[in-house]
Amino acid sequence: MNPALLLENVHKSFGENEVLKGIDLTVEPHEVVCLIGASGSGKSTLLRCVNLVEPIDAGRVVVEGEEITAEGVDANRIRRRIGIVYQSYNLFPHMTVLRNITLAPREALKQDRTESEENARKLLERFGLLDKQYEYPDRLSGGQQQRVAIVRALAMRPHLMLLDEVTSALDPELVAEVLAVIKELAREGMTMLIATHEMSFARDIADRVCFLEAGHILEQGPPARIFTSPEHPRTRQFLGRIIEAGRL
Amino acid sequence: MLVSSASTVLFFAVIAVIVALSPGSEIVAKRFFSPHHLWQSLIGSGTNPSVLDAFLLNVEIFTISEVFILILALVIAVVRGIPGPVFFPFRLVAVAYTDLFRGVPLILILYMIGFGVPGLGLPFISYLPDVTYGVVSLVLVYSAYVAEVYRAGIESVHESQNAAARSLGLTRWQSMRFVVLPQAIRRVIPPLLNDFIGLQKDTALVSVLGSVEAARAAQIYSASEFNYASYVVAAFLFVLITIPLARFTDRLIARDKRRREAGALA
Repeated sequence: MNPALLLENVHKSFGENEVLKGIDLTVEPHEVVCLIGASGSGKSTLLRCVNLVEPIDAGRVVVEGEEITAEGVDANRIRRRIGIVYQSYNLFPHMTVLRNITLAPREALKQDRTESEENARKLLERFGLLDKQYEYPDRLSGGQQQRVAIVRALAMRPHLMLLDEVTSALDPELVAEVLAVIKELAREGMTMLIATHEMSFARDIADRVCFLEAGHILEQGPPARIFTSPEHPRTRQFLGRIIEAGRL
Repeated sequence: MLVSSASTVLFFAVIAVIVALSPGSEIVAKRFFSPHHLWQSLIGSGTNPSVLDAFLLNVEIFTISEVFILILALVIAVVRGIPGPVFFPFRLVAVAYTDLFRGVPLILILYMIGFGVPGLGLPFISYLPDVTYGVVSLVLVYSAYVAEVYRAGIESVHESQNAAARSLGLTRWQSMRFVVLPQAIRRVIPPLLNDFIGLQKDTALVSVLGSVEAARAAQIYSASEFNYASYVVAAFLFVLITIPLARFTDRLIARDKRRREAGALA
């Protein structure tokens, strides 16, 4: 069986600044992989490169056996199988919650209106948001907006979800409701690649944790090992600071 | 309220006194504000065309022009934003277009289109009514301005909106159509209406090609009656349609401001 995601020697620079310096990473189906590391270590850029919202400079990205970096591949088609949720939600402010969710299924998957709305309402109900379906995003709390953004990604029935520090912009009391949604997805077997600063969350949810430092994956392994006996001194230093800050 | 009323009354009283006391005030009153001539020029008399009837041509010109301007300008703005080396020539044309038509005075474009195109002697397009060449000139010039307004709107929509749309599997064009443009256009409606207020006035320039619109009709009246009341009538008609649009624009701006403030609180 093909891995859900395979990155080979991925490089990415913004001008002079090389952010990713050769990333190799495999994510198996139903696996939850967390990316940890300091701000600027390349976590977010890595996620954006996976679905080619940021084009990469070198290397290969293979999704379920299909190389999306190959010449002449319709990236849009493969991108539909990858859901991505951003730190700043990025809901469409001029559309209701329902329309936010049904836009892509209708336009990209050509679902008809009834089908896409039924599907959207089922998802909203599951995540306790059905009463918000006709609201505009600016009427929702940050936690609600982020949950809508997750539902919007799920409505495309993705095979792989990328979560980019989805709780970083939230007030502390709203973090739990979003993390609960992600845990539910993990329980159902959703394949996920998650960049996060929430170490205890990563420890609970991840099958594997990758520590990123200056554009390299320095160390990876099961959370039990990474969080208790990291091999690399830089990983130890990073986790030490996190513990000092009382975040683990 | 009391202060503002008092200052308004005082302000206009001073102007009225200055005008009334000026040595030529009696002649100006007769030449510009004679009730008889105001009325005659409005409804037309003898061989003189009615300024009001002629003004309907201005209304027709700017109504038709606005529709074409909204469409052409949007095309130019969108083309200018298409990335990728393949589309370089298209971008180049869009940039050259806006540079050219924003730089050349409208009246010169009117002469060039209005006298140049008929001079070519091409079938059909060289034998259209004068007013058509006027509309074409207005559309060409104003589309360049409005394209820049659209472009500012498109660029004001944060790139993360496009990224979110593309991440969901929408194509570049679908993202533009459903996500970026609706937000961009909403933001640029006030400056857009502002340009249209300018357009309404500039319809008067179409008269250089021979069309008898309000300003031209007023000129005909004044030349045959030796009275300028017709100009006052024409000016009044222009102001009459501009004011509602200006107030409407103000209201939209105020509404947007309220929304932004409400949004900032949420």
